[in-house]
Amino acid sequence: MRLAIAAAVAASLMTAPIRAQDWQDTLDAARGQTVYWNAWGGDGRTNAFIDWVGKETEARFGVSVRHVKLTDTAEAVTRVLSEKAAGRDTGGSVDLIWINGPNFLAMKQQGLLHGPFVADLPNADYLDLSPGAPATVDFTEPVEGMESPWRLARFVFAYDTARVDAPPATMADFVPWAEANPGRMTHPDPSNFMGATFLKQALIELAPDAGVLQMPADDAGFAAATAPLWDWYDALRPNLWRGGAAFPENESIQQQLMNDGEIDIAMYFDPAAPAAAIRAGLLPDTARVFVPEGGSIGNVSFVAIPYNAANRDGALVVADFLLAPETQAQMQNIDVLGAFSVLDPGKLDDAGRAAFAALPDDPALPRIEDLGPTLIEPHASWMTRLTEAWANRYTR
Amino acid sequence: MRGLVLAVLAFGLIGPIAAGLWVTARAGFGLMPAIGATEAGLDPWAALFGLPGLVTSLKITAFTGVVSTLLSLVLALALTAALQPRLSGGRAARLLAPFLAIPHAALAIGLAFVLAPSGWIARALAPVLGLDRPPDLALVGDPWGIALILGLMLKEVPFLMLVSLAALTQIPLRQHLATGRSLGYGRAAVWLKLIVPQLWPLIRLPVMVVLAYALSTVEMGLILGPSNPPVLAVLLTRLFFAPDTALLLPASAGALLQGALVAVAFALLWLIERALALAGRMWVCRGGRGRGLDPLLGIAHALGFAAITLGGLSMLALLIWSFAWRWPWPGALPESWSLRAWTGAGPGLARAFGQTLLIALATTGIALALAVAWLEGEDRARTPRAAWAEALIYLPLLLPQIAFLFGLNAGFLRLGLPGGLATVIWAQALFVFPYVMITLSDPWRALDPRLTRAAASLGAGPWRRLFTVKLPVLLAPILTAAAIGVAVSVAQYLPTLFMGTGRIATLTTEAVTLSSGSDRRVTGAYATLQMALPLAAYAAAFLIPALLHRDRRALKGGAA
Amino acid sequence: MSLVLDRITLQPAGAAPLFAPLSLTIGPGEIATVMGPSGVGKSTLLDAIAGHLAPAFTLTGAVTLDGRDLLALPAEARRVGLVFQDAVLFPHLAVGDNLAFGLTATVKGHTARRAAVEAALAQAGLSGLHDRDPASLSGGQRARAALMRSLLAEPAALLLDEPFSKLDANLRDEIRAFTFAHIRARAIPALMVTHDPADAEAAAGPVIGLTSQGDPA
Repeated sequence: MRLAIAAAVAASLMTAPIRAQDWQDTLDAARGQTVYWNAWGGDGRTNAFIDWVGKETEARFGVSVRHVKLTDTAEAVTRVLSEKAAGRDTGGSVDLIWINGPNFLAMKQQGLLHGPFVADLPNADYLDLSPGAPATVDFTEPVEGMESPWRLARFVFAYDTARVDAPPATMADFVPWAEANPGRMTHPDPSNFMGATFLKQALIELAPDAGVLQMPADDAGFAAATAPLWDWYDALRPNLWRGGAAFPENESIQQQLMNDGEIDIAMYFDPAAPAAAIRAGLLPDTARVFVPEGGSIGNVSFVAIPYNAANRDGALVVADFLLAPETQAQMQNIDVLGAFSVLDPGKLDDAGRAAFAALPDDPALPRIEDLGPTLIEPHASWMTRLTEAWANRYTR
Repeated sequence: MRGLVLAVLAFGLIGPIAAGLWVTARAGFGLMPAIGATEAGLDPWAALFGLPGLVTSLKITAFTGVVSTLLSLVLALALTAALQPRLSGGRAARLLAPFLAIPHAALAIGLAFVLAPSGWIARALAPVLGLDRPPDLALVGDPWGIALILGLMLKEVPFLMLVSLAALTQIPLRQHLATGRSLGYGRAAVWLKLIVPQLWPLIRLPVMVVLAYALSTVEMGLILGPSNPPVLAVLLTRLFFAPDTALLLPASAGALLQGALVAVAFALLWLIERALALAGRMWVCRGGRGRGLDPLLGIAHALGFAAITLGGLSMLALLIWSFAWRWPWPGALPESWSLRAWTGAGPGLARAFGQTLLIALATTGIALALAVAWLEGEDRARTPRAAWAEALIYLPLLLPQIAFLFGLNAGFLRLGLPGGLATVIWAQALFVFPYVMITLSDPWRALDPRLTRAAASLGAGPWRRLFTVKLPVLLAPILTAAAIGVAVSVAQYLPTLFMGTGRIATLTTEAVTLSSGSDRRVTGAYATLQMALPLAAYAAAFLIPALLHRDRRALKGGAA
Repeated sequence: MSLVLDRITLQPAGAAPLFAPLSLTIGPGEIATVMGPSGVGKSTLLDAIAGHLAPAFTLTGAVTLDGRDLLALPAEARRVGLVFQDAVLFPHLAVGDNLAFGLTATVKGHTARRAAVEAALAQAGLSGLHDRDPASLSGGQRARAALMRSLLAEPAALLLDEPFSKLDANLRDEIRAFTFAHIRARAIPALMVTHDPADAEAAAGPVIGLTSQGDPA
């Protein structure tokens, strides 16, 4: 005990003295709490990883995690909103949310988030939080410490090399490819994040001036920027699966269609996902990743804490644990989850670097240099408008 | 005692449903102070009808709901007519039990795999037709909702058959059949002209329950229905859970619209009934012997067999998927097997199973206690049941769930009652109680009154009569009612979702969530357990009385 | 120990009374017989005395048993035994348990109660059938078991509702003698409803013929 105090004192003298004491308070307060982590539950490996996180935080900090599996992150946002509407400002039912993009924007704007808190997390030291770094901006919205990163996301396609010789090289190339292979590709419904991302990826490539996408969309700007996109889509749609009249609800269903042999192309927001899916028996061994020539959209997945979270301290402990180098290495391990780490390799200590260096390799796992440049997400208003416009154009 | 039950029902059932409807109705007309909507008006309706595809969604909802109900009714009646001689009460219950037991969601998930272009049927045909790739056909989620209609029928035909067979015991069936046939009428004609008109008033309420369900199902619409746009209930659920709270207003308007749709459908049913009654009387009076109709019974027979096969395949598919590792097209069986779906999903699966079991036992216990209290109260007050009481019992089943669940949840939140296990148990009990009550009341009233009289004359007071005579003699029907209660509870999706504020994960909510994921094997494991629980309850309901009463000849065959 | 019916009438809701006011006194060990056409209300009369009258009927008059006003008491407190034409043994209980159900609670202790039941079984010629399923008994055995069950409750009066009508002719005399002997031995009043003149003759008590009110026949 005395040794621990001495160590804490020494640590506090060396780094930020106030933070260490505060963090100890947080750890003490968190002990015994159960954190209700609201996270999309459609991916078995992610679910298993969240289970693992819960077991570790339970063993190390006495914080247990209950994974509230969502079909859509918006469900959790609604829950917090209705609690706020009902005046329930403490003891809320959501402690931690896997979040980004429009959902983050909505919660931040309506004052539904606790924070800023990221700088208080000891493991935030391993992050690159310099201005403009990927972990500080979420769909062009400044994070400002209101959400903590945990996994890196890149939009990629997967195709079955046993059925497809050459996948489309650019977004524009999807039109002739689909014409040659009618009914063999589709995209998730654009009301779903992945479906919207497919449209955004095409928009970035096809918009006359991609620069406008970084600013909030207005009516005229939206019409001008999306006109080529709709031309492209009108040409593509008739050759989509089901003639473009029906769409899989999300990328998991899409992957299932590819696994069933109904389509040949799938989409992911995680370059390691196809390799992971092969190992999980959910894709044929012959599936491989491809990215359009100009690169693809990338972003960071975050966790945020609602302002009324009943177990805020526990949620902070879990958010911090997610950033520990060994957690991140475990997460990036293709045998576990395979999601890319959000840590800055330059800030890791030797042990951290060794943990990453020891990770296993996989033939279906792309190298980071195969993925091309990372395209920045358009401002969140573009996604909202794209989704609405698509629904108005194609839902009859 | 009856007063107590009435009070419980008024405060636990009518009050909350009315309050829920009230909150929904206010929100539907722009009043929801909690989200800052304080101006009454028709804006929510404008927003609702401004939603892309709403009209299509309405059309597809009305079409699937009405067509599935009518087809289910026709097929159920035809099958009852065709099979009735061979289906005594107990046998019918045993045969139909598995179909009644499978939760809608599990059946839908299984059926989706059987029917899909890359599914079991297509795989079986692939070598014959020389398909190297699954055909690009919308066999599930088709724009007409055929798959949804099929799924609904697989659940509703057995239900309506059981209801019809139970109702037939109140009709002098054998004599009427004999009379009709001795006058030269064909079997099918006797059924149509003599039996069905007598049967109809007895099964009208259950048919309305089926109709209301078919028009408002979320889980089946989600899994088997068209997606762009989906059926109304699915569309509304999405709106209710959308991040933008402003959408709660059009969603509430939609919930009212859903209610109106059900009301219109009831009116339509009534019109059809009147029209058929008129036309039927003329047809009956014309005196045609209709012997040519009998082959129709054969067709019904074949369709019934096809339905049983399809349902059986759906259940089997779930089970096989849960033990599969790779099962690619066009294999009829998995390429490799694994227990990982069961072991890997371990803690979550076990927790969901435990939660489901706990809720099912609690709701069934509450519902049984209430039903016994109600029926015993009737006996003690020596009054027959009032017609309004019957309607009261059916009320939660006739209203679309979504119309009052949202209001109920909002109301609970405003009262500061957190959603959780207790609210889920209570909300499920709203739907479990009617089924338990309906199942138990006929056998209860059919109990030989001389048994309790004999007991009273031997000096046994009311409580001793209840616990040592009535309940033991009625053990089999009580356990059957309990099994139905468990099955209904396990199958509940919306009440658990709304009232559990997402924290209560049951096998059904997990299976529906997983069905929008990629791992059919894990979904298979959840859905298999989801089926297994009610099936086990049914098995127990058959086996326990058989064991306890193995030496009691008079109580055999009394099951169900 | 006598059962007294004083100007009893039974009136269904919205209809004329079933029969003319009935007065009758039945002494200890005496067996009165009520006869009359079907539907005249014989069974309803027994229901009324035993306390099971359906709510649709209105009862006027008085019934006393050893001076106790029966009509004020619930069925289980009247100490009026009831024997039906088909025995009505509890189907879920073994034969012996049926008897034990009837056996008065004043007999205490497992051994004493079991002995009382076995003794009653022996009296009824049912020795060794303690654990049998009632459904497996013959008609005569059932009738005797039902009577013993009623008697073990130590009733102060016994009502018999066509008790022998379902029995074969050769059995009927035997069971009738058995039943009447027990009633006389216990010296309790009994009221029997029957269609069979032979029953009335054997009962050797007062015989009342009920005729329906306002019915010229």
